[in-house]
Amino acid sequence: MRAPDHPVLSKGDVLLAVENVSLGFGGVKALTDVSFDIRKSEIRAIIGPNGAGKTSMLNCINGFYYPTEGRITFKGVKRPKMRPYEAARGGIARTFQNVALFKSMSTLDNIMAGRSIRMRSNFFWQLFRHGPAMKEEVEHRRFVEEIIDFLEIQHIRKTPVGRLPYGLQKRVELGRALAMEPDLLLLDEPMAGMNLEEKEDMSRFILEVNQQYGTTIALIEHDMGVVMDLSDRVVVLEYGRKIADGTPDEVKRDQRVIDAYLGVAH
Amino acid sequence: MVAPPLPTLEGHDRIPPITLVKSNRHDRNKGAAPHRPRHRGNEADPHADRHAVSREETSVTAAEDSREDTFPKLLTRNARIRPQRTAFRHKDLGIWQSWTWAQVHDIVRAYACGLQALGLQRGGKIAIIGYNRPHLYWTIAAAQWLGAIPIPVYADSVAEEMAYVLAHAEVTHAVVQDQEQVDKLLAVSDQLPRMDHVLYDEPKGLRDYDHSRLHSITSVIEEGRARLADAGEAGKIERELQNGKGSDLAIILYTSGTTGRPKGVMLTSDAVIAAARIGCDFDKLDETDEILAYLPIAWVGDHIFSYAQAFLAGLCVNCPESPETVAEDRREVGATYVFAPPRIFESILTLTMVRIEDASALKRRMFHFFIRHANKVGEKILNGEPGVGAWDRLLWQVGNVLVYAPLRNRFGMTRVKVGYTAGEAIGPEIFRFYRSIGVNLKQLYGQTEASVYITMQPDGEIRADTVGRPAPEVEIRIADNGEVLYRSPGVFVGYYKDDEKTAETKTPDGFVHSGDAGFFDANGHLKIIDRAKDVGKMRDGSLFPPKYVENKLKFYPNIKEAVCFGDGKDYVSAFVNIDLVAVSNWAERNGVTYASYQELAGHPRVYEMIEKHVDEVNRSLSSEPRMGGAQIKRFLILHKELDADDGELTRTQKVRRGFIAERYAPLIQALYDGSSEADISTEVTFEDGRKGVISARVKIRDMELYPVQETATLPEAAE
Repeated sequence: MRAPDHPVLSKGDVLLAVENVSLGFGGVKALTDVSFDIRKSEIRAIIGPNGAGKTSMLNCINGFYYPTEGRITFKGVKRPKMRPYEAARGGIARTFQNVALFKSMSTLDNIMAGRSIRMRSNFFWQLFRHGPAMKEEVEHRRFVEEIIDFLEIQHIRKTPVGRLPYGLQKRVELGRALAMEPDLLLLDEPMAGMNLEEKEDMSRFILEVNQQYGTTIALIEHDMGVVMDLSDRVVVLEYGRKIADGTPDEVKRDQRVIDAYLGVAH
Repeated sequence: MVAPPLPTLEGHDRIPPITLVKSNRHDRNKGAAPHRPRHRGNEADPHADRHAVSREETSVTAAEDSREDTFPKLLTRNARIRPQRTAFRHKDLGIWQSWTWAQVHDIVRAYACGLQALGLQRGGKIAIIGYNRPHLYWTIAAAQWLGAIPIPVYADSVAEEMAYVLAHAEVTHAVVQDQEQVDKLLAVSDQLPRMDHVLYDEPKGLRDYDHSRLHSITSVIEEGRARLADAGEAGKIERELQNGKGSDLAIILYTSGTTGRPKGVMLTSDAVIAAARIGCDFDKLDETDEILAYLPIAWVGDHIFSYAQAFLAGLCVNCPESPETVAEDRREVGATYVFAPPRIFESILTLTMVRIEDASALKRRMFHFFIRHANKVGEKILNGEPGVGAWDRLLWQVGNVLVYAPLRNRFGMTRVKVGYTAGEAIGPEIFRFYRSIGVNLKQLYGQTEASVYITMQPDGEIRADTVGRPAPEVEIRIADNGEVLYRSPGVFVGYYKDDEKTAETKTPDGFVHSGDAGFFDANGHLKIIDRAKDVGKMRDGSLFPPKYVENKLKFYPNIKEAVCFGDGKDYVSAFVNIDLVAVSNWAERNGVTYASYQELAGHPRVYEMIEKHVDEVNRSLSSEPRMGGAQIKRFLILHKELDADDGELTRTQKVRRGFIAERYAPLIQALYDGSSEADISTEVTFEDGRKGVISARVKIRDMELYPVQETATLPEAAE
């Protein structure tokens, strides 16, 4: 699905543009006329109170939903209606609000699964683990081992993920998304349910992914401290509408954001 | 120094002739043993061994032989006589990467050249901070190559502790493992004006740092390698190697300091090599042996076992992937030479006991049956003692197939030739457990100031309650106040920049005050009771050795730590820390619900359980005439775990009694004023350095005391 002649983007160019997107389920309007962009190599946060439409927005971006109105442009090409795996092949990876790993598989196998999208050898060779498949597997395994090293999860390499504590499962899920070497990484509440130390670790990894690999990251997060520290720009949604967009400092001072979070006397 | 014409000369240098009481033995040891390169571990005839070596290296004379008086020279020798043998392994990216002695020599030589280009000179100081990584061990060798003095620092020290050591040692260079350590150093860089360059092993996260004074270790090695292409540089590096002599300082090891500031123990190459040789000879270590290096590199034990003995005997050093993977890595490597402080053996055993309760009924019954049998005869079989019947032997063999061998495999001890525990007393049950399933576990007693070895347990004389006989070449005497003094070829030069402390510790005739109180038992084995200054007297005059009592408590898996008080008081009282792993498991099985450590620690049923343990300790104390007065009258369970971050333990997890007494003063007062509970609130430091306050109401229990038995019995030996 990767457009063969898409322009090479450099840091700061628009990677993904959301223009006047609306999304409705029957009578329920999840998103109304939302526009914003995500630039190459930035960390972009999407915040808002519960039910503001943040996860719907991510689902639109990675092709799980198709907007009822408006359009989404990725790498300069308008997105057609597509299946999520096509978005994945196009370079968008994501993690989920509720961890979605293969519970009985090991950490290593889970991350290798994320890598399978990059495997080229055919099913026959893979089945017998011979010839080109073996060579390819060694290369991919090396890449996956580097991720394991990067996320400091060597000690759970062979542990079935279902047995791991929640914070570590989140880390494995991030690892699986990284294994795709995505252009755009979508993180849905990466710190939910973590303690302070785990949050610090996760923040470190997110910054590091962004700096070391130049990966563009869009994240949804409720911990305002984390959001303000990590992101370059923040977009704020409320009841499916965009109410603010700018740097963390600008957003923090915005009266409508303050009202949305603290509530106003009616 | 020019190579001495006689191999004995150097050894005699440091021993005034007047003290050569056992001159015969010394002569032989000094003359032959210390300068003999260990090749095959041929003990029977040292000369045969030397001949074997001479055939391999053409024209090796005794004088040339004795030139290997520094570690870089030993490394060069290893690269010559066993170039293809594996010297180091490190698990990286899930694979054991390995380096041969020839490769290590090549890297260290280039590294030394690179460090020289960065301004490291003879006598300069270089700090080494991080977990066990080949590059950090090679830093020690590269620094020694140049005659600079490596100073390993505990990697988990907080920035301020680190700053003190680095400033005191006047380090100009620091080599660290990763970003975490670089950040710590940068945070205190204003206190370290002399520090010029920082080198790191792992580049992760450091990409955007200012690299004017920050270098990766590999870039320094590459720089050195490029320079060595020039013949002049190569000659210069060769001369640096030859300029090193055995009497130079090899290393300064800062002791973690149970009291006060850390002290820098200065050790010469001669001392470290001599001490390493004691261990190598004693346990017949050779190049086929494998060790897992996982204890702090700043600790003398690791320096001797994973560095000095590796270079001397040519054994292979395996570095684990990360601190969390040690158990798994130990299993994969199958080390033949193992060292661990008692708490590691304890935690392995506790974990096993917890897990076996989750196993199927059949496995559980099989486990318990064979462990009981091993308890009865296993140790006798290992010791080769007579009096074990054929049936018992057969049963042990069956148990070996079904239980003991799988357990040893689980523990990563299948190939263990000899395992050591030291640093603290080990519980007799734990010690016996490992020996009964066929692990040759021994105890030794050592100190940084002695380059480890003071006493060791020879085969066939291994007991849980003593630390063995004086190690070869070590002389021991007991002072009037019970303090142990020793003299050995491994003894330190002095404390760095602290002549006063040096004079206090070293006697004019070369003996060192160990600071430990002990005595020799009837079999000539040393028994350590406690730190000499900690042994107190109660108001009625009876002896109070706090550690002795605490250790008896700590031998119960449910008790992680204990602190006893009683010096100058009417009776002994104790603080107890429960072991969260063991007690929470017990709680789960017994339907005890709790929300936090604090709640579990204060639970009445936990108190009942601990009360039973204290009662057993009292009964055992009452049966020992010298110790009977030290029975515990009152105790409480602390609401928080004692922690090194709060200054309650040292970095090597030893209790800092004085500090705890101050910090928990209200609790101690309550222990002695008869009240049944007390309030306490203490400041705690979280791992990220932030502080918080924990407050609690702690209950106190009274105990029944037993009448002291007047007849001397040996409780442990009698069992």
